[in-house]
Amino acid sequence: MAELTSLTLKAALDGLNSKAFSSAELTQAHIEAVEAARALNAFVAETPERALEMARASDARRARGEAGPLDGAPLGIKDLFCTEGVASTAASKILDGFKPTYESTVTANLWRDGAVMLGKLNMDEFAMGSSNESSAYGPVVNPWRRQGSNSHLTPGGSSGGSAAAVAAELCLGATATDTGGSIRQPAAFTGTVGIKPTYGRCSRWGIVAFASSLDQAGPMARTVEDAAILLKSMAGHDPKDSTSLAVETPDFPSFVGKSVKGLRVGVPKEYRVDGMPAEIEALWRKGVEWLKDAGCEIVEVSLPNTRYALPAYYIIAPAEASSNLARYDGMRYGLRVDGRSLTDTYEKTRAEGFGTEVKRRILIGTYVLSAGYYDAYYLKALKVRRRISEDFEAAFGKVDALLTPTAPSAAFTLGENADDPVAMYLNDIFTVTVNLAGLPGMSLPAGLDAAGLPLGLQLIGRPLDEGTLFSLGGAIEKAADFRAKPQKWW
Amino acid sequence: MAIDAATVRKVARLARIAEPEDRLEPLAKELSGILNWIEQLNEVDTDGVEPMTSAVATSLPMREDVVTEGGDPARVLANAPKTAGGFFVVPKVVE
Repeated sequence: MAELTSLTLKAALDGLNSKAFSSAELTQAHIEAVEAARALNAFVAETPERALEMARASDARRARGEAGPLDGAPLGIKDLFCTEGVASTAASKILDGFKPTYESTVTANLWRDGAVMLGKLNMDEFAMGSSNESSAYGPVVNPWRRQGSNSHLTPGGSSGGSAAAVAAELCLGATATDTGGSIRQPAAFTGTVGIKPTYGRCSRWGIVAFASSLDQAGPMARTVEDAAILLKSMAGHDPKDSTSLAVETPDFPSFVGKSVKGLRVGVPKEYRVDGMPAEIEALWRKGVEWLKDAGCEIVEVSLPNTRYALPAYYIIAPAEASSNLARYDGMRYGLRVDGRSLTDTYEKTRAEGFGTEVKRRILIGTYVLSAGYYDAYYLKALKVRRRISEDFEAAFGKVDALLTPTAPSAAFTLGENADDPVAMYLNDIFTVTVNLAGLPGMSLPAGLDAAGLPLGLQLIGRPLDEGTLFSLGGAIEKAADFRAKPQKWW
Repeated sequence: MAIDAATVRKVARLARIAEPEDRLEPLAKELSGILNWIEQLNEVDTDGVEPMTSAVATSLPMREDVVTEGGDPARVLANAPKTAGGFFVVPKVVE
C-alpha cells in the first residue's frame, strides 16, 4: 500500500475519519517504507511493534467515537525528545542506551491527540551541526540527488533525519528542534515545510538541552497545512518549563488559506550576501512577486546588525551548551569510563562520549565564560543580541512579516564542509537571527535549482504571530505549486 | 585573539574533557580561527546596551513550594552506570 505513504497528513486524517483505511493499515504501510529506506539512515531506532500497538489502540478509539485531532497518524520523533522506555540518545555515544523513565511534554501532547510513533530520527549530535555529519550513528543521506549524479548529499542539520524521513515519505510528519536553523535549513534542503515557533510556544521539558535560551521544538511536514496541524498539537503552556508561555494556542490550521491581502511584507536588504547563487536571489524575487499578486504590499527594510548574528550565536550557544552538557559526568546516567580518580573518570568519560564538534563547542563555551573573557565575549554577545532583536522590533513597526531565503545554498555533498567549522556555521546565516530574537520562522519549498535540488524561502513573524506565517506560507505554497519529489533510489 | 596549546590544555581541564597532547596544537589553531571570526563583534557599538538574557520579555512564574513528584528511586536510578542498595555508586572522592 505504497500510496498510503504519499498522502498528506490532512488527507490521511480525512481517510481515517471516513474509514477509507484503518490506522493499522496506514501504520503498516509506513513501517514497510521505513524498513525499505535504511540506506537513508534516517532512523536511529525503529519501533514497529509500539507503532502497531498505538495504531490498534487508535482504531479502537475511533470506533468508540473518541478520536483525537491526530488520531492514527504515524510520525517520526527526533532523537532529542525523551520518549519513555525508548532509547533517547541525542545521537551521542555518551547517551548510548539511555531509556528515559519519562516522556517529553511535546511528544506527550502528540500521543494525547492520538498520534502513532514510528521511531526515533537521526540528527547531529546534541543538535550541533548543519549537515548531520556529527551524529554518532553516521550522517543521514538526503533522498534528493543532483540530476545525473549519485553522490550523497546532506539533508541539512541538525534535524536531518526528520527532514529526510518526511521528504522520502517514511512518515506523515516529524518533530524537530531549532536552535540556530535546525528545522528550517533541513526543510529547505529536502523540499519540506518546517516551522520554528516563537520561543516559549512549545515546552522544552524532556527535550535534551543544547542552548536553553534558543532551543525551540517545531514540526516538519510536506505541506503548510500539515505543519499547522502538528504545531497545534505540539504547542501549549507547560508549568514544567518556566520559559513556556502561558498563552492560548491558536487554531493554526484555520490560518492556512486565509487572504493575505493588505499584509505588509518586508524584504531585508542585508540578506543579500556575497557568493549567494543567482538562483536563490531569483527565487526570492519570485516569492516577492507571488506575494504581490496575492495582494501584499512589499516594503524594503533594513536589519543592520544581521551580519553579527552568527558570531554572537557562536558565543551564546556554545556558552549555554558548555553549561548544559556539564551534566554528562558518567555518574547518574549514560556512559562512564573509569579512571584513576574522580576527575580522571570525568575527563575520560567526556573525551570518549562526546564527538569532535560537541567537544569543540564545549571548549569554546568554556573559554568565553572563563575568568577574564566573560565580559569581552559573552557579555558583548548578549548586547549584540539585543541590537539584533531591536532591528526586528523596528522592522515590525513597518511590516507584518519578513520574506528571505532560508539558506545560502542548496544541499551540499556530504563531507564538503567537514574540515572548516566556520564555513559550516555560515549555513545558518539567514536563520540564526530568528533564534536570537525568539521569533517564529518558517521555511517552505519554493522551487528547484538547475541541478534539480529544492530551494526554500523563509517567512519571519512577530512574536506569537505564527498565524500570519501560516497564511503567507499558504499563499506562497499555492503560487509556487511545488510538486517535485525525490526520485526513489533507496 | 589567538589562543595557544597551554590555554587549550587549561580550558579542556575546566571542561573536564581529556585531550591528548598531540591534539592541543591543532585545537588551538581551530579555536583561534573561530575566535578571530567572532571578533568582528567589536565593530558593533554596544555602549549603554543592556545585555539580552532572555528571548522573550517575561518574568519567571511562581509556584507553590510543594513536592510534585518523587518517592520513586527505581525510576531515578534506572539509567545509572552503577548502583547499590538504592544509591548511585560513584568513584571515591575523599582519600
